[in-house]
Amino acid sequence: MPSLFNSQPSTALGGAKRWLVAGILLAVVVSLFSAQFNRYYLGIAIDCGISIILAVSLNLINGHTGQFSLGHAGFMAVGGYSAAKLSLVCSPMVPDSLKPLLFLAALVLGGCVAALIGLGVGIPSLRLKGDYLAIVTLGFGEIIRVVVQNMDSVGAASGLKGIPKYTTLGWTFALAAITIYVVATLVNSTYGRGFIAVNDDEVAASSMGINPVRYKVTAFVIGAFFAGVAGGLYAHHKQFLSPTGFDFLKSIDIVVMVILGGMGRTVGVIIAAIVLTLLPEVLRQFADYRMIIYSLIIIGLMMARPQGLFTTGWKKKGVAAV
Amino acid sequence: MEWFFQQLINGLALGSIYALIALGYTMVYGVLRFINFAHSDVLMLGAYAAFFIAPAIQPLVPLPSLTGALLVTLFSALICAGIGILIEFLAYRPLRTRPKLTVLITAIGVSLFIEFTCQHKAVFGADTKPFPTLLPSTDFHLGSLLVSSNDLVVMFVTVLLLVGLWFVVQKTKVGTAMRAVSFNQQAAALMGVNINRIISFTFGLGSALAAVAGILYAMKAPGIEPLMGVQPGIRAFIAAVLGGIGNLPGAALGGLLLGLLETFVGGISGLSSYRDGIAFAILILILLFKPAGLLGKSSVEKV
Repeated sequence: MPSLFNSQPSTALGGAKRWLVAGILLAVVVSLFSAQFNRYYLGIAIDCGISIILAVSLNLINGHTGQFSLGHAGFMAVGGYSAAKLSLVCSPMVPDSLKPLLFLAALVLGGCVAALIGLGVGIPSLRLKGDYLAIVTLGFGEIIRVVVQNMDSVGAASGLKGIPKYTTLGWTFALAAITIYVVATLVNSTYGRGFIAVNDDEVAASSMGINPVRYKVTAFVIGAFFAGVAGGLYAHHKQFLSPTGFDFLKSIDIVVMVILGGMGRTVGVIIAAIVLTLLPEVLRQFADYRMIIYSLIIIGLMMARPQGLFTTGWKKKGVAAV
Repeated sequence: MEWFFQQLINGLALGSIYALIALGYTMVYGVLRFINFAHSDVLMLGAYAAFFIAPAIQPLVPLPSLTGALLVTLFSALICAGIGILIEFLAYRPLRTRPKLTVLITAIGVSLFIEFTCQHKAVFGADTKPFPTLLPSTDFHLGSLLVSSNDLVVMFVTVLLLVGLWFVVQKTKVGTAMRAVSFNQQAAALMGVNINRIISFTFGLGSALAAVAGILYAMKAPGIEPLMGVQPGIRAFIAAVLGGIGNLPGAALGGLLLGLLETFVGGISGLSSYRDGIAFAILILILLFKPAGLLGKSSVEKV
């Protein structure tokens, strides 16, 4: 089995690399034909790709490292706004042939700004555990929203309009493949076992010489980077950003993808991201009941299968009797 | 100076409501060690219960009147106590031995379920409804200060409930059992405390307080809608953390402080649009410098 399919440490990294190359090649080939696709389906396919990036990057924080973050939409917002601002400012000065380069720069900038903010939020808050961390990350997401709502340079409450449409299917899936590759190989590497150790037992890990805070912050920063990249893709896909699009519910959406797929299960999380992105489109005529069903799914999942739908080999974690 | 006293009164009235809600969070955290996200929705249900009960008792007791307001509040508190106990029984009790994160996610799910069910047009609908006048309200002018009788009622009710709660927790048998459960659940069970009953009681008590807070909040707000509990709920949670979660006087103190801070900072021109972010900024600062809260004791993790 290729190492991508399980989170157990494996030496066969070549397998993952083959998957990466295959993914990028597929993305390039698909994007050559994208002109023939129905625009509606094309849009949904791009949505799926963005969801995959978000879910896989959150999985590194919530799943592999076991730190419950509720602020992923905040990082997405930071990345999206930074990337959109750069391409809005620079696109009139850049010739058409260099537009892809500008887009790449915008995405990288978005990711880096999000990672920087992730570092700033992560260092103080990752000393906290469990629900405290959840609340701090939730609070951070709200602060981002309030700040953006008051910034006139990015359109404040009325939103940022007229972002050039650079996002294509090829870009999205190539970046999704890179995200999956980076996260999967990182947790399978020698260094990455630290993430899993921190998740399994923080006290035991730190007594083995692993600095839990450092690992948590690393996971947080990498997760934030990819969330920022996803935000950039989103901005150049929808061509419009509004602060209300990155609220608490958006963060919950991403968290549910990770839970549904199984914490720390890359393939499960990818499937969950696709399913949960398609679900609202399929259930369009039941739109009134969609969110009620959605919340019941969360409760039912926690009661019946807290390990996620697509996890088979799951060992029930013992409850500490302290 | 007038500005100062005016903001002081507004802040205390707002802080009193936060304090009432924060007590519910902190009590549940005390016995079960998790954040009951659905608490803010119980608050909303309390306001809606009053909204429906008020016209129903109108033929018997004229409204607005003191007896009418008391009856409406009492019935709403009872209904919400029942809802709180039901939520615990259906959603949290089956998960009691699971990891805390599972319970936390379930709590978020319960909260979303209540919010979206109530927003559905067959239930309450998403639109804002005017809240009935329960008490005759007058404005007092003290010099240039404007004090609404509603603000005074809010503060009075809060003080009354705080004293009552203190009495229940410190002086009664069930309160002693609550403290025992929060101190060590297993040891309390060995001493003959019925854990399930105490946890149900805690949820009922916290939810009844949330119902009262919801009615008080609705009296000051322009109207009620299914998401009205979210903002005060999050602030009350922050108040509970500020005072030291699990600590009852801490929750009351945290609520008052947060209400005052928000009113004073919101009153400064230029900062008022950042008002929503202030509570969270405070939260992050407390967790940085005093993670156990103002009155909480920090604990060392035992292995």
